Amino acid sequence: MTANGTTQPGVPALDIEALRYIYPDGTHGLDDVSFRIQQGERVALIGPNGAGKSTLLLNLNGILRAQSGRVRVLGEELTEASARSIRGKLGLLFSNPDDQLFSPTVLDDVAYGPLHMGLDRDEVLRRSREALAAVGMAGFEDRVPHRMSLGQKKRVAMATVLSMGAPILLLDEPTASLDPVSRRGLIELLASLPLTLIVATHDLAMVDDLLPRTLILDGGRVITDGPSRDILNDGELLLAHQLEPLSMHGHPHA
Amino acid sequence: MSALAAFTDRYVERSSPLHRADAAVKLPAVLAYVLALALTREAAWVVLAASALPVVLAAALGGFSPMFLLHRSLLALPFVAAAVPLAFTRPGEVVFVMPLTGWDASREGIEAVATILARSWLSVLAVVLLTASTPVAELLHALRTLRVPRLLVATVFFTYRYFHVVGDEAMRMMRARDSRSAALTDRRAGGTITWRASVLGHMVGSLFIRSLDRSERVHAAMQARGFTGDLRFLTTGRVRGIDAAAAIVLVAYAFAVQAAGRLA
Repeated sequence: MTANGTTQPGVPALDIEALRYIYPDGTHGLDDVSFRIQQGERVALIGPNGAGKSTLLLNLNGILRAQSGRVRVLGEELTEASARSIRGKLGLLFSNPDDQLFSPTVLDDVAYGPLHMGLDRDEVLRRSREALAAVGMAGFEDRVPHRMSLGQKKRVAMATVLSMGAPILLLDEPTASLDPVSRRGLIELLASLPLTLIVATHDLAMVDDLLPRTLILDGGRVITDGPSRDILNDGELLLAHQLEPLSMHGHPHA
Repeated sequence: MSALAAFTDRYVERSSPLHRADAAVKLPAVLAYVLALALTREAAWVVLAASALPVVLAAALGGFSPMFLLHRSLLALPFVAAAVPLAFTRPGEVVFVMPLTGWDASREGIEAVATILARSWLSVLAVVLLTASTPVAELLHALRTLRVPRLLVATVFFTYRYFHVVGDEAMRMMRARDSRSAALTDRRAGGTITWRASVLGHMVGSLFIRSLDRSERVHAAMQARGFTGDLRFLTTGRVRGIDAAAAIVLVAYAFAVQAAGRLA
């Protein structure tokens, strides 16, 4: 995939400072969240349901606007004016593919992002076909999204994000509801991409395989930030946040 | 909580005599009150002022502030605006002439508009008080208690329930679209207006198809749990004598004011 814009080495991919977000009904979504992610890092975002994982992702690309705090994406500060440009650098995959697919055909949907960026027709088609091939959905260009299986929709949704060529991907539950082989395929695809990844997930086996760094989020706060190996082996910590150590799944990892 | 619910849920959790009163009493009382107001003759200002008493009392009982009520009742303003042309169409003594257009407003017309405004506003306030002090489930239960056909009650219930589901779905789709609506520094983003309009059209279309699919699934799931068309609620309201007495007094008062206004 072609990355948008030139990126200076050394600038953090994401630099989050004291982010605070309160929902319109008064519930606290995020409470003083700060962290920094370097270019090329692959980071897991784990935590119980309602911990604020999706809320955090939506705050990073400006769909939700934090009441206070600061978000910098590759050195560019997120503001009302910069949101559009930042969305070219951050591709966000929603957990439910149905939210993401709205076009009459698969190709139209994958082409939406590049078309919106004003790319030439040839470039749009090249990117779209490349993205569909990457997720193993080449040949589905003319299919209707709502007639496909959940796993297929999930992969097309992934292609709609890949076609934008963003250097950073935010993925919300990318492996949920995929069958084991599709899941393996997705993990291999993600492992092959030279991109910065932030993945909100309950799939700790994927974290173990793909994401060397983990942030635990609970109650809108960052509880821990460290090497996934250490965190995944800390059964007490995981259980305290509604998560289970891999050994409890009968998984081969120690 | 759904994101839409923050804007659409009207119930305000609180413990007050108004909240505790049974919905099966409050609902008919509000309907009767609105009916009494509808009888108000034009320019019967004293009657209108006296008719405000039940609303003021109920608001005080429920602990609702005037600002809260004003804010909520503003929602009805656009609908009431439909009455305004009456000021210019009713023949009578001309009070002022609209600049530019040359329309003349009559005293009778203005009085008619003011009466409609006051009547509607009081009615809206009564409904605001009802919805702010009664959870939706209790209102639906009251409708069943009052022998409203169950098909109608079920329709109201499902409309309320799935309005939020479909509304949230629409909101999530727009978020997903906006997340992919990016701009590069070196070229014009956004495409043509016709392209954007067609994207929006497709979004509406797929929302419709998905709602249709969902309704099939919901129906199957309901049948799987033994649904036969009747909604059953756990809340068992028993009408307390004091609630019924208070409601009767308030409604009787509203009608008495009307009667007095006509005799005077």
